Amino acid sequence: MFDLTGKAALVTGASGGIGGEIARALHGAGAVVGLSGTREAPLEALAAELGDRAHVLPCDLGDAEAVDALPKRAAEAMGSLDILVNNAGITRDGLFMRMSDADWDDVLRVNLTAAMRLSRGAMRGMMKARWGRIVSIGSIVGSTGNPGQANYAAAKAGLVGMSKALAYEVASRGITVNVIAPGYIGTAMTEKLTDDQKQGMLGQIPVGRMGDPKEIGAAAVYLASPEAGYVTGTVLHVNGGMAML
Amino acid sequence: MSDVADRVRKIVVEHLGVDEEKVTDNASFIDDLGADSLDTVELVMAFEEEFGIEIPDDAAETIQTFGDAVKFIKDAQ
Repeated sequence: MFDLTGKAALVTGASGGIGGEIARALHGAGAVVGLSGTREAPLEALAAELGDRAHVLPCDLGDAEAVDALPKRAAEAMGSLDILVNNAGITRDGLFMRMSDADWDDVLRVNLTAAMRLSRGAMRGMMKARWGRIVSIGSIVGSTGNPGQANYAAAKAGLVGMSKALAYEVASRGITVNVIAPGYIGTAMTEKLTDDQKQGMLGQIPVGRMGDPKEIGAAAVYLASPEAGYVTGTVLHVNGGMAML
Repeated sequence: MSDVADRVRKIVVEHLGVDEEKVTDNASFIDDLGADSLDTVELVMAFEEEFGIEIPDDAAETIQTFGDAVKFIKDAQ
């Protein structure tokens, strides 16, 4: 089950904790993977670890021209672009009353607008192939909100609306468009929290632990698989029961 | 029958699955040939590739019939 042999997947933010595991999981299921991110060294390290079927495609998602060019670069490197995983994201947290235009714009540009540009660029090939998968990584915060993250929550909620509209448009062409909304996932970022902060967080999670990035990777493999062809326009919450939506 | 018209007709027949004789000059892709809006986008993409031309969005909107498409492509070449 969940065999992605012969499919080519582009993963943005593959230098991060969740993106790296998504790339590993897709690669493990047989896909060719394109690893994108701003920092080249961790991408090269991941590609070396994966061996065959891995391509490094650095890109600054804040640069509109570079973003528009990325799907074509990916298709040329991999032979096609069948699966797009919009995973890259940044945070610029701050109280709403003090939020600067730049912090708002930067987060929307990278987390939402880049996903739109990449999806648009990937669409032509998917339409011709009559098969495609777009999986965007949202967040529980897009559904529940979170103080200090108005920009991030807006971008993540925006991914959901965009995905649903696009899902309608391209469903008849064998292309599905979905969102995975992680809750608290253990990554380098959450390692920095104090024990008190961690305990407070865990108290809100029925499963009683933080999620593993591998559990996001598994969700991505499922949504990318041929078996998930009847799943479109949905949000798959992977949050340990923290919000049962 | 020009070469351009033949090639355009072939694309339309293949893409929309319609009979060749239905693809007349005045045949509207949407009203007569059963295309939806996404089909028209795909047809334009196919024309671009077949003829190596770029069809901008505002021009694409004016291509409503088979005859429109043939005329646009001939002018663009």
